[in-house]
Amino acid sequence: MDRLSLSEGQIYGVMGPSGAGKSTLLRLLNLLDEPTAGRILYRGRDTARYRPRLELRRRMAMVFQKPVLFDGTVFENVAYGLRLRGLPGREVRRKVAENLRAVGLEHLAKERARTLSGGEAQRVALARALILEPDVLLLDEPTSNLDPQNVALLEELIRNANSRMGTTVILVTHNVFQARRLADRVVFLYEGRVVEEGAAAEVFSSPRDERTRAFVHGDMVY
Amino acid sequence: MVISRDPAMMDIIKLSLQVSGLAVVLAALLGIPLGTCLGMRPARQVRWPALIIYTFMGLPPVLVGLLVYLLLSAQGPFGVLKLLYSPTAMVIAQTVLALPIVTGLTMVAVRSKDREIRDTALSLGASGWQVALKVIRETRVAIVGAVVAGMGRALAEVGAVMMVGGNIEGKTRVMTTAIVLETRRGNFEMAIGLGMVLLTLAFIVNVILYRLQGVHRD
Repeated sequence: MDRLSLSEGQIYGVMGPSGAGKSTLLRLLNLLDEPTAGRILYRGRDTARYRPRLELRRRMAMVFQKPVLFDGTVFENVAYGLRLRGLPGREVRRKVAENLRAVGLEHLAKERARTLSGGEAQRVALARALILEPDVLLLDEPTSNLDPQNVALLEELIRNANSRMGTTVILVTHNVFQARRLADRVVFLYEGRVVEEGAAAEVFSSPRDERTRAFVHGDMVY
Repeated sequence: MVISRDPAMMDIIKLSLQVSGLAVVLAALLGIPLGTCLGMRPARQVRWPALIIYTFMGLPPVLVGLLVYLLLSAQGPFGVLKLLYSPTAMVIAQTVLALPIVTGLTMVAVRSKDREIRDTALSLGASGWQVALKVIRETRVAIVGAVVAGMGRALAEVGAVMMVGGNIEGKTRVMTTAIVLETRRGNFEMAIGLGMVLLTLAFIVNVILYRLQGVHRD
């Protein structure tokens, strides 16, 4: 398949073995890297020619596998994206408080972000992205280093964002169970190509591709 | 104390700080943006500029003195400005000496953090400028370190200011050139006293900059 369409309001689980191009796909969608071939369309418009580009980028937010928190307090981290957009201070304070409460970290607002544990840091990173109310939320294995409790919390937050704001979620995950729990649709990548895309229930119960079948059954795929 | 015996001594100390301080401010204003630009580009794209900057970080002060001397001397291209043997000429020479240090160390610091900071800032909707400012902010501890190193370089060097300033009493005499002179005169007590002042000033500058870095908060 040389074409992948992603519909609004869905949660996509992007899966595949290491090196299949999952992170590359996210980086391309986030316009962090330029495609060497092919085009990416957003609501029918070619992203390479989309102007102003910043306006397009600001419709998306990404959370990385390893959260990079900025020097400064938890509050400042979560406020960062809003301040970039020039929101007034009162509005920023209100939204940050609201989003920190959502991730259960309002008591850490004044802490230095670098002192947080892994789970707390990833929750801050998610709050920092969700506060922007993006059309598209890109998640690169956001829970791969976390304990089950934090995983459950993050999954809940992702599901909420999707159902409450209609955020399109593109979640890269190694974890078949996570994809089963969250994804409406599943994209399976292998060696840089999309080998299967479909409704999660179907892909998991009757995968069409041999490699997808092996992967969802927990066999090794090379 | 040695200093109090000589009223001219305060002028020497003042001039030292003015010349080196101004040189470092100029080097920082040029070097921090330049180093940030270079550090944010892929390493292979800026290999040659980087090599040149690294080489210039070890530039001998006398060589810089010679070059600035030739440029500013009566027969030189900027001779008409009549800047030779003036504090301005000394500032120019020390800026040239400090600039590669500030630029090079800033570049290295920015490169070490650029990728993750840039990706994160971009993914949260930062513009090109906003990314650069964030990268500078996140590397400010190392950048202040670069400026401190540049200040040390400027305050301590003697070769360049001697050549382009001429060590003229009351006009272009700074601490390092005064130390050279007093040593030659056999006036060791004075030379050592000046050396101690130089060290103390370097210490004070470092204390101030260290506090600016905000590392004490960690």
